[in-house]
Amino acid sequence: MIDPSAYLLLSAILFGIGVVGVVARKNVLIILMSVELMLNGVNVAFVAAGSYLGDAAGGVFAFMVMTVAAAEAAVGLALLIALYRLKETIDITELKVLKW
Amino acid sequence: MVNGILDYLWLVPALPLLGVVLNGAIALFAERPFLLADSHGGHGASSHGPSAHGTSPSSSVAHSGSHHEAPAYRKLVAFIAPAVVGAAFVVALLCVLSLASRPADGRTFVQILFPWIQAGSLLVPAALQLDPLSSVMALVVTGVGFLIHVYSVGYMSHERAFARYFVCLNLFMFAMLTLVLANNYLLMFVGWEGVGLCSYLLIGFWYEKQSASDAGKKAFVANRIGDFGVLLAMFLVFWTFGSLTYTEVFARVPLLRESGVLTTGLATAITLLLFLGATGKSAQIPLYVWLPDAMEGPTPVSALIHAATMVTAGIYMVARSSALFLLAPDTMMVVAVIGAVTAIFSATIGICQTDIKRVLAYSTVSQLGYMFLACGVGAFTAAIFHLMTHAFFKALLFLGSGSVIHALSGEQDMRKMGGLRKYIPITYWTMFIATFAISGFPLLSGFFSKDEILWQAFSSSHGSPVLWAVAALAAGITAFYMFRLVFLTFYGESRMEPEVEKHVHESPWTMTLPLSILAVLSVIGGWVGIPAVVGDFFGIPNYFEHWLAPVFHPVAAAGAHGAAAAGAHGASAAVHHPAALEMGLMALSVAIALCGIGLAYFLYRVRTGKPAEIAKRWPTLYDIVYHKYYIDEFYEWAVIRRVVNVSTGLWQMFDALFIDGIVNGAAGLVRAAGDRVRRLQGGVVGGYAFSLLAGAVLLVGYILYRSVVQ
Repeated sequence: MIDPSAYLLLSAILFGIGVVGVVARKNVLIILMSVELMLNGVNVAFVAAGSYLGDAAGGVFAFMVMTVAAAEAAVGLALLIALYRLKETIDITELKVLKW
Repeated sequence: MVNGILDYLWLVPALPLLGVVLNGAIALFAERPFLLADSHGGHGASSHGPSAHGTSPSSSVAHSGSHHEAPAYRKLVAFIAPAVVGAAFVVALLCVLSLASRPADGRTFVQILFPWIQAGSLLVPAALQLDPLSSVMALVVTGVGFLIHVYSVGYMSHERAFARYFVCLNLFMFAMLTLVLANNYLLMFVGWEGVGLCSYLLIGFWYEKQSASDAGKKAFVANRIGDFGVLLAMFLVFWTFGSLTYTEVFARVPLLRESGVLTTGLATAITLLLFLGATGKSAQIPLYVWLPDAMEGPTPVSALIHAATMVTAGIYMVARSSALFLLAPDTMMVVAVIGAVTAIFSATIGICQTDIKRVLAYSTVSQLGYMFLACGVGAFTAAIFHLMTHAFFKALLFLGSGSVIHALSGEQDMRKMGGLRKYIPITYWTMFIATFAISGFPLLSGFFSKDEILWQAFSSSHGSPVLWAVAALAAGITAFYMFRLVFLTFYGESRMEPEVEKHVHESPWTMTLPLSILAVLSVIGGWVGIPAVVGDFFGIPNYFEHWLAPVFHPVAAAGAHGAAAAGAHGASAAVHHPAALEMGLMALSVAIALCGIGLAYFLYRVRTGKPAEIAKRWPTLYDIVYHKYYIDEFYEWAVIRRVVNVSTGLWQMFDALFIDGIVNGAAGLVRAAGDRVRRLQGGVVGGYAFSLLAGAVLLVGYILYRSVVQ
């Protein structure tokens, strides 16, 4: 039985980097990548916990998340392309039409 | 016990209700689309205006010719509406005959239809009660109602909203029969409100005319004041007796009287409040003002609702509650005085009116005053008797005036009539008979009932010579203005417009037949109640008094048969007053009536210039009477304007400032808050992401905190 704390730490670091990327970066592509990073951080935690508890559900959830992430990436990138065609930019700070 | 036909008593109100449903369906699905399509068509504008309707359907003869053929549904309506009422009359008649075959003390039949309201100790069934009192009412309502339905078929034949009219009329019959046949105050009140609604609908039948719709509203509001009294009285009755059912309430009277619960003050309060309702419905001072205006409705409606049946509901209610009224001498005095004052007051107004229907309207108010006078002196039998005979001759007078108006293409002003005797003989003769009847001419129906009231006003323990004198004077005035009406309308030179004179015609048989039947009833209707002082001489008993004795003299009737009860009652009066006195007073009242007739003959046949001369000599007096003592203006000033002012004040202060302030304030608060909060929507996506993160951190932090603390 391996102590899961190291894995969980890794997971937290990955998730944290992802969060900072989402909040701080301006490039939409980078933000999408950061979201992927957050998802994979969570995946690490799932797998670690599943392995620690001897429960296959953790692994199953990881696959589930990957599937969703793939779909999300597809939709997200499509939106990104549409956005670029419309605005000729992928700087998120330029997108501020919807406000009070 | 086998009840036979009495088990079908429910059919009496149910049949008119069936008529409402059938005619209502026709009005809704056949007539309404037809009228709507028509009014959108080419001649809609010219035919739909109130002026085309006028106050009489005959004024629309001219344009109805240009319409399409009369649609087939009208024939169906013209059959259904009178048929259901006629059938109700037959059922009611059979029920009453069945009731009459029972012994006098067993003549109360109650049919419980279904339990209606059950709340705590309040148990109100939907139940019908047929006893001598309600049977008289039911027969008068269905009988006269049937004749007026038949008459309406002819009178309204040119009316466009034919089905709507008969729906309202049938609905009125249903409500009125519910009123008289109910076995408790609450169900009676349902009928009471129902007839008020139908009265409103039918007064405002020609609602495109401003005065008609105003008159409808006036009637409704005036009645509402009275209804308030009835409601309070019902609360008091339930509070005191623990029941609203007639038989239970009246059965508990002696016991509660003994135990001191039912004090005279309480009885006075209940009866005064009931009487307030009666003054509204039966058009007595101070709430009589709506009845003359109610003449805006079609004339058969005036005859049925505002002369023969609905306005007598107040009398019926007082008579029904006679056990309570007899406990409250103060109320009895109020009822008698109001009745007598109303009788003479409205009779004097009738002298100067020029509109034929308004004369009859004030006459109705006056005659209702007589009935209340009778109730007030404890002569409930006489009141109901006069109610019945009045229903005959006043319905006849109204229908006759309708026939005159019909003949004259809508003319109601008696100054523009005259000499109609030879043009419309049936109308003339029937109205002539009715005029003699209402004047109290010997042997006609009005004579017996009016004289009974006069005698009771004089001799009863509640009565006094003053009341007799007032009532006798009013009788004289009645004779005067009724003959003035006849002389102005049917005698003398024709004062008609030449255009109108060309079209004068006798009415169709559907109108003259009811007139003739009512004329016969106006003559013989009084013979069922010939007073003992005359009847004993010829060996004719007073059937009417015997019939009602179980209701009004239950103690005596329980001991012996009705004859003995009436005998005992008559005896108690006869102890103090010899028969010669009664005969003398009878002769005196006939003499007064003949004086009135003679005066009318003198002023309107012999010296026709005299009335104008009199009016000129006392212009102020004439002006006051002509303007109905300015009562409407006084009410306008004393009550209506004040109510309007208070309402305006409440509207501006309470509604506009307070209520609207709360509502608008709440909205303003939300708006101001939203104005601040919307700044959060900055358009910076990173900001949203950050607030998402912050929210998540807070949430997770809270959950962790909770788990740590625990």
